[in-house]
Amino acid sequence: MFEKALKGNNYYWIWLAFLGTFMAIGAICYLRQYMYGLGLTGMSRSVSWGLYISNFTFLVGVAAGGVMLVLPYYVHNYKAFGRITILGEFLAIAALTMCLMFIIADLGQPTRALNVLLHPTPNSMLFWDMIVLNGYLFLNILCGWVILTAERKQVKPPKWIYIFVYISIPFAISIHTVTAMLYCGLPGRHFWLSAIIAPRFLASAFAAGPALIVLVSLILKRVANFDAGKEAIDKMVTIILYAALINAFFVMLEFFVGFYSNIPGHMHTLQYLFAGLEHGGHVYNNLVPFMWGFVVLCLAGFVLLAVPYTRRNDLWLAIGCAAIFIGLWLDKGIGFVLGGFVPTPLEEIVEYYPTLNEIMITIAVWCTGFFILTILYKIAVSVEHEIEA
Amino acid sequence: MDKKRREFLKIAGISTLAGLGAPAVVDRLVSGSSPLAARAAREVSGHGESAGHKAPASGHGAEKPAKTGKRYGMLIDLPKFYDNPALAEKCIKACHHAHNVPNFPDKKDEIKWIWLTGYENAFPTHSHDYRSEDVGNNEVLVLCNHCDNPPCVRACPTKATFKDKDGIVAMDYHRCIGCRFCMAACPYGSRSFNWRDPRAGLDMKNINREFPTRMRGVVEKCNFCADRLGRGDMPACVEALGYSKAMIFGDLNDPNSEIRQVLKKKQTIQRKPSLGTHPSVFYII
Repeated sequence: MFEKALKGNNYYWIWLAFLGTFMAIGAICYLRQYMYGLGLTGMSRSVSWGLYISNFTFLVGVAAGGVMLVLPYYVHNYKAFGRITILGEFLAIAALTMCLMFIIADLGQPTRALNVLLHPTPNSMLFWDMIVLNGYLFLNILCGWVILTAERKQVKPPKWIYIFVYISIPFAISIHTVTAMLYCGLPGRHFWLSAIIAPRFLASAFAAGPALIVLVSLILKRVANFDAGKEAIDKMVTIILYAALINAFFVMLEFFVGFYSNIPGHMHTLQYLFAGLEHGGHVYNNLVPFMWGFVVLCLAGFVLLAVPYTRRNDLWLAIGCAAIFIGLWLDKGIGFVLGGFVPTPLEEIVEYYPTLNEIMITIAVWCTGFFILTILYKIAVSVEHEIEA
Repeated sequence: MDKKRREFLKIAGISTLAGLGAPAVVDRLVSGSSPLAARAAREVSGHGESAGHKAPASGHGAEKPAKTGKRYGMLIDLPKFYDNPALAEKCIKACHHAHNVPNFPDKKDEIKWIWLTGYENAFPTHSHDYRSEDVGNNEVLVLCNHCDNPPCVRACPTKATFKDKDGIVAMDYHRCIGCRFCMAACPYGSRSFNWRDPRAGLDMKNINREFPTRMRGVVEKCNFCADRLGRGDMPACVEALGYSKAMIFGDLNDPNSEIRQVLKKKQTIQRKPSLGTHPSVFYII
């Protein structure tokens, strides 16, 4: 089916060339980092994870978000999602590829990555994360490919594939749960040490993943003559809205616990993220604009997705979904991971500023993901067109 | 008929799997890492060695004595450092020279094994607004606590950091993949990462040839001088202090060791004991 990706109009090739350019720049930047070491990034002894791991965390959510299509369609036989379920599965493949690339980019000794398999360590959450991420990637490639092939031949998918489809549902939950467990089981990191992290991650994932799918569906409608269907879009918008509201609710619960209990460790990071933290006569606040950006974008997204007029207008709907997606990226992809390192275990404040080299690598990984996504969606859409023809 | 056979095979298969899996799970639960379980196990077996040491419910001491071997620990007598501020510098220099710890002026690249920090930085949970002058005006030496229940070891995905038979939390620099999960897990900020080639921060003509330099991209920290202990020497920091007794190093599992004798006589504190890590470094303040 790959031949479908080799035929396209000019816009298709220009888009791929655009992504390819950033991928090439990022490859050179990565080579520089590989030769010199992670010192080329803005990370330090105190903020030991940066953009790579924070984007990784967010993208695990995007990958898991695809299950919001798979579950209603395969478990509840919700037919309206029939055309776009494949978009959810292919999005998971692209997002997981980005996740794995971010992990490799973040390793100090990437050539030793296989040590995780050679010396399996069940007490480490990273070991389990590797298992569920790769497992979910495999399941999505398998299910997506087999079902699309069947669809192309206009036959029912083989029965055995449903076993893997059903397994993929708990796997989707598990990838984000285990990713949350990377953070929420660490003593001495008060901001992360909260049992609500896994559900909060899942809530924001179930908003961010579908938001991207709706956004892409609206684009595909214009550029590829692929209509996901009114009912499907509408149902997804409802899912996004509820999931994003639950995420906001969870964030507010963190505020309540921190400030009502008045335990300094539980308040510091929230203060740092949303107001800035005073320490030794200096106010540290470099993440404050991002967090308020998250609040404003999510509120704007709620309104655009909830008001019937804007919800039924493709342009406003697209803006609303983009607002939710970017807002949740600011929340989880910036604030959650980077904020957790402030203050340090020694009660100091060190702020993190990513370097240009690091930013270019990050952009390149995103571009690689969208490159894969474009090709996969091109194949899926071409197959749909072929059937209709 | 066919159906019955199928059912049988199903049940047989599942019970085989359960049979294979269960002992592993049970073993893991029984060997439990919870101090309560460990203490219960010790009481049942009537271990004599804990007779002289009444472990409180939480906090000090070996909750879970190693079945064999030792548990090395350190006692830092802060008033001795207050009296002679030069002592701490001596310690740091000796340690960083003994282990070829590079010196990078840029804080972003910083690597340190033992260093000075404020009292409220080292002991945030023991701090309040009315500190004594001694504590307020002086700094505290901090290093890896070589926890009896180390979160970094739990987090490491490759066993590159592990607790050795003597209770030392050690590093295998050749296995570390540089994921820095241990750095996020350590509640004491004891771990450093080689953001760049460490040799660039070393005077290569004046390095300690008995200890390797590291490669970039791996995590490192205090190793309680496991290498020197193997040769029968004291840790470099302890040796640098000479006869001042400002730092006492020894086996916490041996009730007759010097460190245990001092622990019995003087009240000491640990860093963040409420986290259940059971640090092996004790402070007289």
